[in-house]
Amino acid sequence: MNSAVPADERRRRLRQRHAAERRFRLAGAAAVLISAGFLLFLLATMVSGGLRGFTRTQIALPVDFAAAGLPLDPGQLEGREGAASLAGAGFEGLTDHAAIAAFGPHGARLLSDAAWISVRNAVRRDPSLLARRAVIQVPAASGIDIAFKGRGTPEAEAEVASLARRSAISSHFNAALFSAADSTDAAAVGVWGALKGSLLTMAVTLGLAFPVGVLAALYLEEYAPRNRWTDLIEVSINNLAAVPSIIFGLLGLALFLNTLGLPRSAPLVGGLTLALMTMPVIVIAGRNAIKGVPPSIRDAALAVGASPVQVVFHHVLPLALPGILTGTIIGMARALGETAPLLMIGMRAFVAAPPDRLTDPATALPVQIFLWSDEVNRGFVEKTSAAILVLLFVLLAMNGLAVYLRNRLETRW
Amino acid sequence: MFRSLAFSALALLATSACHDQASGGTGARAQIRAVGSSTVYPFTAMVAEAFVAATPDARTPVIESTGTGAGMKLFCAGIGAAHPDIADASRRIKASEYRTCRANGAAALLEVEVGLDGIAFGEAMNGPRLALTPADLYRALAAAPGGRPNTARTWRDVNPALPSVPIQVYGPPATSGTRDAMAELILTRGCEEADASARQLATTSPDAHKARCTRIREDGAYVDMGENDNLIIQKLQANPQAIGVFGYSFLEENEGAVRGLPLDGVIPSYDAIADGRYPGSRPLYIYVKKAHLEAVPGLAAFLAAYARAWGPDGPLVRRGLIVAPADVRARSAAVIARQTPLDPATLR
Repeated sequence: MNSAVPADERRRRLRQRHAAERRFRLAGAAAVLISAGFLLFLLATMVSGGLRGFTRTQIALPVDFAAAGLPLDPGQLEGREGAASLAGAGFEGLTDHAAIAAFGPHGARLLSDAAWISVRNAVRRDPSLLARRAVIQVPAASGIDIAFKGRGTPEAEAEVASLARRSAISSHFNAALFSAADSTDAAAVGVWGALKGSLLTMAVTLGLAFPVGVLAALYLEEYAPRNRWTDLIEVSINNLAAVPSIIFGLLGLALFLNTLGLPRSAPLVGGLTLALMTMPVIVIAGRNAIKGVPPSIRDAALAVGASPVQVVFHHVLPLALPGILTGTIIGMARALGETAPLLMIGMRAFVAAPPDRLTDPATALPVQIFLWSDEVNRGFVEKTSAAILVLLFVLLAMNGLAVYLRNRLETRW
Repeated sequence: MFRSLAFSALALLATSACHDQASGGTGARAQIRAVGSSTVYPFTAMVAEAFVAATPDARTPVIESTGTGAGMKLFCAGIGAAHPDIADASRRIKASEYRTCRANGAAALLEVEVGLDGIAFGEAMNGPRLALTPADLYRALAAAPGGRPNTARTWRDVNPALPSVPIQVYGPPATSGTRDAMAELILTRGCEEADASARQLATTSPDAHKARCTRIREDGAYVDMGENDNLIIQKLQANPQAIGVFGYSFLEENEGAVRGLPLDGVIPSYDAIADGRYPGSRPLYIYVKKAHLEAVPGLAAFLAAYARAWGPDGPLVRRGLIVAPADVRARSAAVIARQTPLDPATLR
């Protein structure tokens, strides 16, 4: 009996059990700390590297338009002909000359290759500039930009110091990051082209995967007989959800590009490929949500004379919708972060303008990050981090929407 | 709620189906498409950017970096809107690739040499300062130097004057034009210097000569890093004993992080590559389908923009292109202006 165990032995065993308890709790807490530490480290490196990408160094460039005598009529800068005459007016040369006149023989190297576009846009906004001198804010070259942010080469630092003495250099919010597309000049790149490509791709994915996935889930749960065939389908869907995404990329390449002849690099093809990948996730989430609707609801509806279609569309689906939507948004977030299948179908190209249609060539945000990480110019490092921050923000917003929808629409029985 | 959702879903499906039909592979294409070498990619991308900025009506060209070999495969798959107009290449088109092109209807190609690049070997700033010759590299990297399997483990094994540092070379994969150019320019040269019997093979059995001189060992001394030159630079900093293979433009951009290794005593520099003293200099090309010049709007203007950009005062020099000699530039400009097709008899 218990009394056979001496008192100090009992205390020793008790101490041992308490110690084991404490060890287990400590191990658990350590696991949480380590994972939180990794997350913090990731965020801290991204934010510290990426925040600099959201600002842009600008140089105040005095331009003497009146003396340059550009072949332009101030009254006719609107519309297509205006654009054509602006393009042929020689702003590149004017900008280079103005920089050399203002900052010495190396002046043109201080400015970004896209500096003349700022000058041109200033004239387009205000044609009266053509008759006088004006100081125009233009983006600095990427080396100067890095030096102004404090990590440049000694020569660039010296240039920055001399510009700063004339107070011709300043830092501004980089609005171009959210309006421009890819560029070969790190000072002129933007994520809008890639973000828009991602949004178009996601629209195609959602438009295809959501209805097909939900209808498949409804059919399998509510109508399909239980037999060997539906078992086979169920196993196949579960397997499809676990297939690596690169396989879907190869499938997309073979099916949509080589067999159907759809255009390479188009958001349409990207969306179709990602829809194949997302559909099984939506089917599985949808089936679980539909299973969670209590049978009593169906029985009650049938009992008051509703047809099976009415039962499904008036009762089961609205009640299952929060679960379906959460699963869909999680699946879409995964598709948004996907790179590998998009590489296979050519969405890794250099595209200097945002896409306007589903068949225009485009890249997606994660692919853009991949492309920039491969660039030689050191100015791309901070832009890569800035693009990662934008992607993380979009993903966070999508997951936040999923949580909100779940809390808002969820019904408790 | 559900009814409206169902309708919007149906509407979306219908629009995507319409797009499917509207965008078949045979119709016209409004924008220029280029594929190919990752070395030429930044230059073509830059010309594309300048072209769009200067031509407000033009649709933005699409430039894809696939590597020269994969790019040629896409380029030569046929003519028409589904196939690219331009192939970027960091070596000349091969006769076998040209045959594929011709079999698929693209027999008339313009060959335009846009400039030069050098194959540079680099090491980290705290590396062992190797001074190599093409023969050393051949003995260190060939699968079977002199016909016997390669057993060299350290640089001293290939040349007693070199330090006893293990042979570790990070370089591009077999589909890369940089790798082809390294095999052709440096290993073949080293092979013929190091191995007299290989020189005879060149006339008696070209295939055996090629296998002897350009096959790279696969026992881990040469590490294939994919088409990612930045990764090679990072690897070199982590492992100062290794050397890396990349285009000269990468070496120039990463000055301060890696140091170029002298080949035959010549350090890779702009001047040494431009005047041909450095053994690893190679021409860069773009190939254009003549049949596309009229079909794709702006393609001829794009080529003219390329010709304006490659000169000594042009923007491509600032991005690391080495300007070709004046006679080569004049010849290339004439090819563009007169649309002279490539003569396949000159290919190997």
